[in-house]
Amino acid sequence: MEQRHTLSVLVENHAGVLSRVAGLFSRRGFNIDSLAVGETNDPGISRITIVVKGDDYIIDQVSKQLNKLVDVIKIKVFKTSEFVGRELVLIKVNADAKSRTEIIQLVDIFRANIVDVAPDSMTVEISADQEKINALSILLEPYGILEVVRTGVIAIERGSGDNHIL
Amino acid sequence: MKYTGAQIFVECLKEQGVETIFGFPGGKVLFLYDELVKNSDSIKHILTTHEQGAAHAADGYARTTGKVGVCIATSGPGATNLVTGIATAYMDSVPMVAFTGQVGKKDLGKDSFQEVDITGITIPITKHNYIVKEVDKLADTIREAFAIAREGRPGPVLVDICVNVGREECEYEKVEAKSGDYLKRHAGIHHECVSEEHIAEAAKAINEAKRPFILSGGGVIISGTSEKLTKLARKGMIPVATTLMGLGGFPSKDRLCTGLIGMHGSKTSNLTATHCDLLIAVGARFSDRVTSSVSNFAPGAKVMHIDIDSAEIGKNIPVDYPLCGFMDDILEKLTELIDEKKESDWIDRINAWRAKFPLSYLDDGKTVKPQTVVRKLDKLTNGKAIIVTEVGQNQIWAAQWYKFSEPRTYISSGGLGTMGYGLGAAIGAQIANPHKKVINVAGDGSFRMNCNELATAVRYKVPIVIAILNNSVLGMVRQWQTMFLEKRYAETTIEDSMDYVALAEAYGAIGIRVKDPNDVDAAIERALEVTDRPVVIDFWIDKDEKVFPIVPPGASIEDVITED
Repeated sequence: MEQRHTLSVLVENHAGVLSRVAGLFSRRGFNIDSLAVGETNDPGISRITIVVKGDDYIIDQVSKQLNKLVDVIKIKVFKTSEFVGRELVLIKVNADAKSRTEIIQLVDIFRANIVDVAPDSMTVEISADQEKINALSILLEPYGILEVVRTGVIAIERGSGDNHIL
Repeated sequence: MKYTGAQIFVECLKEQGVETIFGFPGGKVLFLYDELVKNSDSIKHILTTHEQGAAHAADGYARTTGKVGVCIATSGPGATNLVTGIATAYMDSVPMVAFTGQVGKKDLGKDSFQEVDITGITIPITKHNYIVKEVDKLADTIREAFAIAREGRPGPVLVDICVNVGREECEYEKVEAKSGDYLKRHAGIHHECVSEEHIAEAAKAINEAKRPFILSGGGVIISGTSEKLTKLARKGMIPVATTLMGLGGFPSKDRLCTGLIGMHGSKTSNLTATHCDLLIAVGARFSDRVTSSVSNFAPGAKVMHIDIDSAEIGKNIPVDYPLCGFMDDILEKLTELIDEKKESDWIDRINAWRAKFPLSYLDDGKTVKPQTVVRKLDKLTNGKAIIVTEVGQNQIWAAQWYKFSEPRTYISSGGLGTMGYGLGAAIGAQIANPHKKVINVAGDGSFRMNCNELATAVRYKVPIVIAILNNSVLGMVRQWQTMFLEKRYAETTIEDSMDYVALAEAYGAIGIRVKDPNDVDAAIERALEVTDRPVVIDFWIDKDEKVFPIVPPGASIEDVITED
């Protein structure tokens, strides 16, 4: 069955690693929903969090093929219950003097922030899981969303279980 | 002690035991070449006519020896000319290290003269690649490159060296070649080892199977386990088919051998696959040339898959018994655990198929038959030659009619299907095996792609025999056009005035033309006697000679067409 999977991939922090990983996905026809990359607490190692859509076969192939890349150190495919996933999203929405208060109320309910206000627009910042982000987007939609910028999901394992090296 | 990068380059090749390197010089490898020439006593450089020839030669060298093949080219066009050769090696898991020159570190990214992003270009066709910008990274990079090329499932690795590195100096200390430390962080991932329990379970499945069947692939040859596989098959009385890459991994004259499988496989192999109840794939990857229609491939069978590369297991067909790990170990344990069997109904059934559907062709004695040419090559070399092929009909005729009994004797571009592969590869094979006879079975279409390497063979007195099965057409494509495209011969006729005998002589090789079937033996005998230069034999064959059996596109392999 086709569903979203979150992969946490530790890689060597070398130039060109991202292009190896991204190239592998396009070459083998795997679909990336989102991809986020950053250094870990060890500057020699980066973590790439990838959200992939696919069935069990695709996920099996994605992890096995990634494992063959010399720069890939470790891969963890997260099950829904075992990780905390967050995405940072900036939403620019139409807001005049009339609608501004309503929007601020919505933003408060979602524990989101207003990071920019202009005479006819506001920018909302939210860091949350995808469901919450979608819920806020639906509520903001009627005001007219001007622009959305998303980082892609980053994820960390729950509890003391760690996905660090060695 | 301080060494220059160029010196380190050569010293590292020596650490790895490199004796031969194939290449073509240029501006950005000038310093490396300067050091190579000073060390020509220990490392022999073979100058090819074109970089593609160097890559194929390194490939042929590697496939026939199991050692890492090494080639070198300059930056830009030199590097891109290696690409087809690297991709060829990648698809067939050939251990190779390709060195390329690169513009200086400070000129990178400025579209400098002869600058090309060769590491970017070769990401999808190498196991790994590197760019070396500083001299202190050079030695370890080369060591890692060889380790990666050689270990696990082998493959090509490219090392791109900026020109400044050759001149810069740093400390160098000799290190014995060993398994690369690069695996340190990957332990447990790259070499997943199957448990004893799984092996026991697999052995039980073999013992319980009524109609087991082994599919032996190139991995058997690469891992050097053909003897172990043979033991397993004989103990369990299990019939064996080989893939194209697996030819020579199991003796083709053995009574358990059903021959080639797949698109041009024997009807016996294809029927055996369709009717077996346990398919044991050993070092094979279920390529589309083997399975054809996946849903109709071995429909009633449980599948056992033995391979070093876990990504191959379950990639193309679902697997019931995944056995990922070192083949050597797995085959040995399985052999211990399986029951010894004698005759069986299953073997009788296969023997009946073999008798009913022998590999055949019609020889009316009027024209030279390519199958006869290959059979004569087999006879006159006692089946002991290394057969290198081009791609197309020549490749399949060679595979079907030469009786391979040893690993590393059928050298062919199976995965990428590179026309023009054979001549370069034959040169590499002959240089690596001076005491063996090396024959390049070619088609006229493939030969003319890279025949420039005849100059190389002549220069180094490489006594290969090039048997051109000359039909003046691109035969395999024409065969498809005849059979499946209502004889519309789109650009497959190459009838022109090319005189291959004169061409061979122009290069300084010997040329022999054979139009009469009665002259085949004498021509081959004469060619086999030559020891100081290559011989081209131009066999004129009929343009409508076809390869049979052939599985029509999309069909099940049991519906193989066996004759016109």
